[in-house]
Amino acid sequence: MVGTALPFLALLLVGAAFPLFGGGYWGVIATRACVYWVLVSGLNLVVGFAGQIAIGWVALLTLGAYATSVLAAGNIMPPLPPYVALAAAAAVGAVFGLIVGLPALRLRTFYFAITTLGFATIVTQVALAWQSVTGGGVGVPGPGFPPPFSSLWGFYYFCFGLAALCTWMTANIAASRFGRALAAIRDAEVAAEASGISKTALLVSVFLFSGAVAAVAGGLFASLQSYITPDAFTLDLSVLFFIAILIGGRGSILGPLLGTVLLTVLPEFAAPLVAWSTFLYAVLLLVIVLAMPGGIAEILDFKNRRPLASDRAIIPRPELLPQLLGAPNGAAGALTLEQVALSFGGVHAIDGLDLEIHPGQVHGLIGPNGSGKTTTLNVISGYYAQQSGTVRLNGAALPVFARERRARMRIARTFQTPRIVGSASVLENVMIGGTIDGQATFVESLLSLPRHRRDELMLHDTAELALSIVGLAQLAPVRADRLQHSELRFTEIARALMLRPAFLLLDEPAAGLSANEITRLGALVVAVARAGTGVLLVEHHADLIFEICQHVTVLNLGKKLAAGTPAEIRSHREVVNAYLGG
Amino acid sequence: MVQSIVLSGVAVGCIYALIGITYNVMFSASRVFSFTAGTLGMLGGVLGSLFMARMGLPVLVGLILALAGGALLGIATEIVAVRPVLRSLDQHLYVLSTLALALMVQQFTAIEWGTDARPFPRLFDVASRNFDQRFWLPMLACVVVIVGLELLYRHSLVGRAFLAIAEDTYAARALGLPERSLRMASYALAGIIGTLAGFAGGELLLAFFGNAPMLTFYGFVPVALGGMGNNRGAVIAGLLLGLFQQAANFLVGGIFASVAVFGVFIIVLLARPEGLAGAAAQRRV
Repeated sequence: MVGTALPFLALLLVGAAFPLFGGGYWGVIATRACVYWVLVSGLNLVVGFAGQIAIGWVALLTLGAYATSVLAAGNIMPPLPPYVALAAAAAVGAVFGLIVGLPALRLRTFYFAITTLGFATIVTQVALAWQSVTGGGVGVPGPGFPPPFSSLWGFYYFCFGLAALCTWMTANIAASRFGRALAAIRDAEVAAEASGISKTALLVSVFLFSGAVAAVAGGLFASLQSYITPDAFTLDLSVLFFIAILIGGRGSILGPLLGTVLLTVLPEFAAPLVAWSTFLYAVLLLVIVLAMPGGIAEILDFKNRRPLASDRAIIPRPELLPQLLGAPNGAAGALTLEQVALSFGGVHAIDGLDLEIHPGQVHGLIGPNGSGKTTTLNVISGYYAQQSGTVRLNGAALPVFARERRARMRIARTFQTPRIVGSASVLENVMIGGTIDGQATFVESLLSLPRHRRDELMLHDTAELALSIVGLAQLAPVRADRLQHSELRFTEIARALMLRPAFLLLDEPAAGLSANEITRLGALVVAVARAGTGVLLVEHHADLIFEICQHVTVLNLGKKLAAGTPAEIRSHREVVNAYLGG
Repeated sequence: MVQSIVLSGVAVGCIYALIGITYNVMFSASRVFSFTAGTLGMLGGVLGSLFMARMGLPVLVGLILALAGGALLGIATEIVAVRPVLRSLDQHLYVLSTLALALMVQQFTAIEWGTDARPFPRLFDVASRNFDQRFWLPMLACVVVIVGLELLYRHSLVGRAFLAIAEDTYAARALGLPERSLRMASYALAGIIGTLAGFAGGELLLAFFGNAPMLTFYGFVPVALGGMGNNRGAVIAGLLLGLFQQAANFLVGGIFASVAVFGVFIIVLLARPEGLAGAAAQRRV
């Protein structure tokens, strides 16, 4: 913990002591860097963590600047004290942050990027046209803050204080279940849904916060400039903010902070190149995207350069399962499918399927490719909506197509191809699985209140336990994209176990595993079932199925071909013809 | 009045439609959108003015050189901004790389050509009438491009090869189609279309570096509304957009016209994210 705080503390000291060695001109530059960082810290959550390409965020700087200036000057109502004007601008910014950001929930990446650009242009044009309030092309004076913040260095400390506060708040979010959930939405959206993460709720919080913070930055900007006109808010500024985050690296706080400082200060050192500054920023962006997508954060990530042992083995410890899952709950009911049918056009993917998964049992689902196994699993976990038939848990019908709600019902799953957040550590990936068990709200995490810290401790300990169970405890701090394929599969199982599932759906977990690993996987699955969980195992490895399943269903062309114990299925004539061979 | 709204609306709509087709041709070849489409439109006007007005070259030479410039930028987009990120696992890097390239070209133009709108010369030395050349030139360009693309895609082997690599890259490669050269050729073609749009629309839009962000947005609206990769949808949507914009300009004035266009765009897109004629998303799980 001290290691990660060290760079921030160093920056805090340098910033606090800055007036001692910087002159008046550099004071303005430093203040500007602080103001930009206030905006970028919020935008970082949108772009760096949530992965939404909001290029036109300068719109919120403009809104905040004008709102503060207009309210402080008294153009539409009696003038407000500057602090109140700033707070009011923050509220305006929050609302508009939501308006600008919400299309991200419906639109594809490129489309959303274009709409934010359009929005930025609109805001500037409205500022130009609404002359009675904004002064049109002539502009308005910025708000003046009362002493002690009216002097150069006084105002610097004001902005520095706010910048430090924003750094602290966004760092808290980054290290909270919200930050990890944002990364999950960005890099493994399907897995995020299976973990019960609601993209809408999360993005709403983030847009409100980022909008508010950007508007505050706007107010500070207006005060710094003393006078604002619409052409102070060029697209170049938006590009600067955006590039600062990309240069810094996504999913990091320190990186974009350094990036913002770098980009604010750079034009000062290359005076003759000032006219080319946006051109150079664009070149920098291109270089970063092509050569170093991880940005500064990746360069500074020393601990992930240490080589991993090449002869590592995955040795699960199933005996720890009761510690995680608790005693078997005898009263739990079954998960049933009744006459479920789903067609894609003319193809009957599932054609009237009945299935029953009981707690404490391992139920195998096998069949040739295209027989509907994964489709069945997708219907149970809510990714596909069946066209007829019902899926029931304990007799109650499950809502159709509601994949984020399955987690609350303790139905967990893994995926055919591991869906992992590559840039996060293995431990963080597993902690994502327990997101819905956190109690702290977004604001509590923002301010690092006790409930947030208790959540983090609980999730951390549970995730470590889950990793020990699947045998990956020693890889907990390693970046997930450095792992082998088989280790990623076990990581997914650990993540699913975080939900303490009543039912665990495994989609071809043995694919790509070595013989030893398959044996250990089998033992682990058996132990999970013995602890009271009902397991549905979709697989192609017939040996594994026959060894660990109590009950096997065979699908062919969307219909149930046969169902029974492994011994019955192994000798069933039609199954042998259609699938097993020999 | 109505006549002038219709004329200018259809003319400007044809320019937007052509930029939309530029987006689509690039999308068809690589499944990504490129921010350079609007920049190509801007370059058509700037290069045309540079070659014809400043250097005094004849119209045909100026046109060919401008189109060559567009083809070059198209190929540069493919090599520098698209090909390297197609290989990477992170799906959305192309947004950033093409944005960076577009910004570089725009900034370079702003610095070297200047930030003022320079005049674009009249291509045909005829007196100005009601149905003036600045209206029918973009319409002619649009018709030529549509007919040309139709002939290319449906009646020539090269065109069908373009469609093949867009549909299924691996299958096309397995059949022996040179995927990389075809994609570069597609991007060069897109560059030519974009520059042609700017050249034909030069008398309307002038040679102005600020056309780039404007065309980036207004050229994308036809794509968003007409459906990704759907050229016919792009043309219809482009014409409607042009008419709507000119009517709004006349009725409520420039600033609020932009707000109106943007508002309608957002509302339609939120109601139907795949566009009015688009297809839904593929399998995710």
